[in-house]
Amino acid sequence: MTKTLRFARFRDLALLPAIVVLMIVGALVDPVFLSADNLTNVLQQRTELSLLVLGQALVLISGKIDLSLESTIGLAPALALGLIIPASAHGLGIELPEWTAIPLCLLIGVVIGAFNGFLILKLQLSAFIVTLGMLTVLRGLQIGFTEGQNLFEVPLSFTYLGSARWFGLPASVLICLVAFVLGIVALAYFRQGRSIYAIGGNVEAARAAGIRTERVLWTVLIIASLLAALAGLLMTGRLGSVGPAQGQGMIFTVFAAAVIGGVSLDGGKGTLFGALTGVLALGLIENILTLGGVSPHWIQAIYGAIILIALMLARLTSGKAQD
Amino acid sequence: MTKRYGSTVALDDVGITVADGESHALVGRNGAGKSTLVSILTGLNRADAGSVTFGGDPAPALADRDAWRRKVACVYQKSTIIPALTVAENLFINRQSLERRSLIRWKSLRTKASEVLASYGVDVDPARPAADLTVEQRQLVEIARALSFGARFIILDEPTAQLDGPAIERLFERMRGLQASGVTFLFISHHLQEIFEICQTVTVFRDARHVLTSPVAELSTDSLVAAMTGDAAGLRVGHTRPSLADDAPVVLSVSGLRSEAFFGVDLTIRAGEVVGIAGSASSGKVELGEAVVGLRKVSSGTVHVGRTAVRSGSVPDALKAGIGFVPEDRHKEGLVPTLGVGENATLPITDRLGRFGAISPTRQRTVAERMIADLGIKTSGPSQPVSGLSGGNQQKVVMARALSSDPALLVLTDPTAGVDVRSKESLLGVVDRVAGEGTAVLVISDELDDLRPCDRVLVMFHGEVTASFPRGWTDGELVAAIEGVSAEQGADE
Repeated sequence: MTKTLRFARFRDLALLPAIVVLMIVGALVDPVFLSADNLTNVLQQRTELSLLVLGQALVLISGKIDLSLESTIGLAPALALGLIIPASAHGLGIELPEWTAIPLCLLIGVVIGAFNGFLILKLQLSAFIVTLGMLTVLRGLQIGFTEGQNLFEVPLSFTYLGSARWFGLPASVLICLVAFVLGIVALAYFRQGRSIYAIGGNVEAARAAGIRTERVLWTVLIIASLLAALAGLLMTGRLGSVGPAQGQGMIFTVFAAAVIGGVSLDGGKGTLFGALTGVLALGLIENILTLGGVSPHWIQAIYGAIILIALMLARLTSGKAQD
Repeated sequence: MTKRYGSTVALDDVGITVADGESHALVGRNGAGKSTLVSILTGLNRADAGSVTFGGDPAPALADRDAWRRKVACVYQKSTIIPALTVAENLFINRQSLERRSLIRWKSLRTKASEVLASYGVDVDPARPAADLTVEQRQLVEIARALSFGARFIILDEPTAQLDGPAIERLFERMRGLQASGVTFLFISHHLQEIFEICQTVTVFRDARHVLTSPVAELSTDSLVAAMTGDAAGLRVGHTRPSLADDAPVVLSVSGLRSEAFFGVDLTIRAGEVVGIAGSASSGKVELGEAVVGLRKVSSGTVHVGRTAVRSGSVPDALKAGIGFVPEDRHKEGLVPTLGVGENATLPITDRLGRFGAISPTRQRTVAERMIADLGIKTSGPSQPVSGLSGGNQQKVVMARALSSDPALLVLTDPTAGVDVRSKESLLGVVDRVAGEGTAVLVISDELDDLRPCDRVLVMFHGEVTASFPRGWTDGELVAAIEGVSAEQGADE
């Protein structure tokens, strides 16, 4: 018993040594790296990504996939703002009261998740192609109604969460931390959380054990989209505006972080803590590359290559093929 | 030939000689070694000892698939036709370019396919996608494909299991025709009357051993059944319960239950009673069990546990009504391989392991450890993933899951499939024990040993209950009823 248990723990903590090594390398590259300011910065820049990874990890563990998260992170805040700002500022001209913006943003996330669930579970379409289609449609909707413009007229209440500091740390970092703690506890100690593993491991067996598999999957898809909308809210607060490309291209990093963190694309395997370490490791790598003065023209290629190497290392340490 | 898989002996020094131009039947109950023999005869597996010869020549090397295909072909129960491709392409799969190293000429491929089909009298349009074929046509295409490779020895693995009466007759007609033109058949079937109809020689395997080979004409149904079942030595599964009290309350009542696979089934089971349902693969017995436990929707009829009506097609409802079950296939519906023994066993009762949806790990471990001890599951502990357990122990975990909710009714489908004798004894011991404690048990299986703890055994044939045997049945009469040889006689008893 202890043997397998220790091994499971080990899998969970597999990235911690890598993170320690990255910290040392970072300190050697530039003393600024270890400064509180820099590390806080790294964390804050990674909050949106980590919320997406949290959502994606839940979906992956349940055996599904959601590519549309990277468009939800842009559309949810953009559409919420569009409903409250005047047409002159590229709004829709409906001009709802300002306080509705945040609830609307989150509600849009819920609706997108519910619609994904309808297509995947009720119409039984492939999750991959459905969410790939949604990725394009949602991005297109945002570009369509904003006419490709940035939305600059963001009310203060909307930017608060993404820019405030609580207890000396960015509020977004704390929100993210709370979300992960809730997720980790739910997945480890609650029957709803455990049923996600059962469904991802063998959906037939889960159904035969009396789990309402469709309801659980639908909930997971809605939570993932809701987290993406929340990430969009925080990102808008951090940047002060919503660009038409907000979130574009993030989905590759999301998958890379989840898989490096030990979440299986097959479903049923992985932990949220592992996924979090995956996010941190990638964040540190990018930060070190920037501090190390790597040419901005080359940083993308090198970053991508490092992700591929990290995937290979994760494959070697886990010993099982990733598919 | 001898073949071992790990510690299991699949074939124990057996031999079979199929004479040129005959139809040779191979019969035996599950686990007799038939499929292992087929895989060796078709070159998919190598025997640990022994040899295969075709017409006196030694068998080709295992890697030389084409050479094997020219010697022997097998039409499996499971289709090897690829539904998305056309009939023509299926016929010439992986040899589409008729002349080597040229591009595929679709038109000549179709022409060639029509010729092949026509020469064996198969009336199928080669341009149609294979998905459109009926089971019968699909088998004919597979036979034609086998013959087009030049094979003159065809193995038919339960070809009649999915065919109806007239289709079976047509198949036999065709077999006789091909036999007259020099084709040799090895015919595997659970339906004994078919063997008397079509075959000249029969070989019986039992428990990986060769029991007899004899001309069919010299054998009676009874002696054939006796050869298949043997004297059931080795396994001692008891019936140690006192006889059922007359006032035991009815736990399960099924009335007029009907779906695609079974028609108008009525059934009652009382507390402490163990009822068996036997039948062949096409009898509808498995589907009936799935309907009772909520895995399958029915078109009409009701299932009651006590006074509670169970909604059709809802497992949570069935669980709540007090039904626990072992599904037919533990890999498909029984286990989540990535999760631990404890979690698998407690999946249906996570709501009882803590408050507000939380699962107390200590409580889960306590419950799981008690189950492990009760059922004698050999595992390093509740957290060991079930994928690392042996088949017998995996099955015990599925049994633990079924018992976890303290069900009033326990439904077991093939509860001892693919497990060793020791696990079998302990699994069936559990049936005896829980029935003694007042649980109603429904055992669905065609494994005679599974049915021994039963108070009565019903036999299903083509979707209907055709016979009922009280305790004290003999192997022979039960097997005869399962195979449909004398179903009517059984019903009279």
